[in-house]
Amino acid sequence: MIIPAFIVGGLICVMGQLLMDLTAPNITPAHVLVSFVTGGAILGALGWYEPLIKIGGAGATIPLSGFGYSLSKGAMEAVGERGLLGALSGGVEATAVGIAAAVFFGYLMSMLFNPKG
Amino acid sequence: MENKSMRQPTIVVTPEEYKALTKQYTPKPTIVKNVVRAFIVGGIICSIGQVIINSYVILGMPQLEASAAATATMIFIGAFLTGLGIYDKIGKFGGAGSIVPVTGFANSIVSPAMEFKREGYVLGVGAKLFTVAGPVMVYGISTSIVVGIIFFLLH
Amino acid sequence: MDLKRRGNQTVVFANPPVILSSYTVVGPKEGEGPLGKTFNKIQKDQINGEKSWEVTESKMLQEAMQGAIDQAGIPKEEIDFMLAGDLLNQLISSNFAARQMALPFIGLYGACSTMALSMAVGSMLIDGGFARHVLIGVSSHHDTAERQFRLPTEQGAQRAMCAQWTVTGAGSLLLGKNGNGPRITSATIGRVLDFDVNDVNNMGAAMAPAVSDTIINHLHDLQRKPQDYDLIASGDLGTVGLALAGEVLKKSGVNMGAQFTDCGVLIYDSSQDVHSGGSGCGCSSVVFSGTIMQRIKAGELKRVLLVGSGALHSATSMLQGESIPGIGHAVVIEA
Repeated sequence: MIIPAFIVGGLICVMGQLLMDLTAPNITPAHVLVSFVTGGAILGALGWYEPLIKIGGAGATIPLSGFGYSLSKGAMEAVGERGLLGALSGGVEATAVGIAAAVFFGYLMSMLFNPKG
Repeated sequence: MENKSMRQPTIVVTPEEYKALTKQYTPKPTIVKNVVRAFIVGGIICSIGQVIINSYVILGMPQLEASAAATATMIFIGAFLTGLGIYDKIGKFGGAGSIVPVTGFANSIVSPAMEFKREGYVLGVGAKLFTVAGPVMVYGISTSIVVGIIFFLLH
Repeated sequence: MDLKRRGNQTVVFANPPVILSSYTVVGPKEGEGPLGKTFNKIQKDQINGEKSWEVTESKMLQEAMQGAIDQAGIPKEEIDFMLAGDLLNQLISSNFAARQMALPFIGLYGACSTMALSMAVGSMLIDGGFARHVLIGVSSHHDTAERQFRLPTEQGAQRAMCAQWTVTGAGSLLLGKNGNGPRITSATIGRVLDFDVNDVNNMGAAMAPAVSDTIINHLHDLQRKPQDYDLIASGDLGTVGLALAGEVLKKSGVNMGAQFTDCGVLIYDSSQDVHSGGSGCGCSSVVFSGTIMQRIKAGELKRVLLVGSGALHSATSMLQGESIPGIGHAVVIEA
């Protein structure tokens, strides 16, 4: 599974690089990450992201598009179980580990270290 | 924003000519080199993620949980390397290869938060943690809710 | 009563003010550069033991100004104005330095053109009879500027090839009515030009039209040619902006020649990974107060034109989609 992960992950990152180098000059990491999370969520909803994960494993889940995919997949599954309320709760529930880890580890490291400049 | 009322003498260049000159003299991004580096760095980061997933599976975790735990682990690694002052060097080499993976997301959370510590723990660290994470969550979560509602209406 | 004005934008001083002394403080990267030996003090790191980069920048500015006062040996009571500027919002580096200097203070903002602007205004104050001595100090700091204008320093992002590196440095001059030293003989105050450059990484391109306009008007007002100067230094267009300014001037009928250079190009060498060169108002400040002053004093340069160039945008205006207006101010320094 490691070589497919390398290739799929590498290719997804190449798309990000092309987005940065070929579009507007003032594009920042924030724009890239927002594009990928939104793109992943839409592709996930259309059922087009699932095959990438089957092929690439971590190559498709580690890029932020995988976070978007989990969000919309969670929302759709929860709608199936709980109806309209699931649309609100499903996405965050499915990605709770990632969100909590990002907030907590982010806070921890910010407190422990100082920028080197 | 051309100013037609410029008193003479001034430069004899129209905005269109200047635009062409700027394009000519501005060095282009080295796209081929950048793409190769992004592929390699992004590939390596995702491979590390895969190794972590595999390890968790070997330790007895179900596949789905292993994947979530690996994501959390990668976030930890990205945040830690940012704190050590290493991730910006990886980013300088790898470009999008180190921005797009979740480690890059962690870098985007820690780098502003750490830098604004001197502005206090609430409005400095606490607020700046979400400089990039905020927009990502706003657009990610909103998209998922819209997807959920559409899914609900279609079924 | 229009005796000192020439042409449209230029003033010629009746009693040209003297640059009595100069002093520079820079960061480690600038110290390692090709001009390292020309600076008075090189800090060992970016923060220099202070609690924030902002405090470091303010202290550097203060140190440079005190250095200039000490070198000139002028009692502080005889300094009538302190003119200072930097890149930070509300000029905090200058304001906090002024708090310590306790001199009548005028804060000036001209982005990277602040050094030339301060020299022009300071000379007007002296030649106008409003001051005996004027202290000038201009600073920038790489890390304070990056976090205000661009991204956090630890963010893993690539810098564009046309981007410039904000100089960590503070330069100071003490101007006087009488004494020995190079003299500021004339000044041309620039106009704001905007040619729709909206790439925040390409400041040289945003500033080149304004610098060219100022040079054209300066030469027109004084009926001079570029060859009348031993050195014409813009500060700081970087390599991209310098090439663009040369091209724009050529199209406008002015051939600059080899004496046209740029402080941002001089301060670093290509091995320092700064892409298009240095920027920030500390750049022209330390390059002028350092190497250019030394070369004038050594008799190497007889007449120098310093054209400060500023990109007059803010982080807010960029987010709102405004293009980047540029300005250039020129001062003539003669041995």
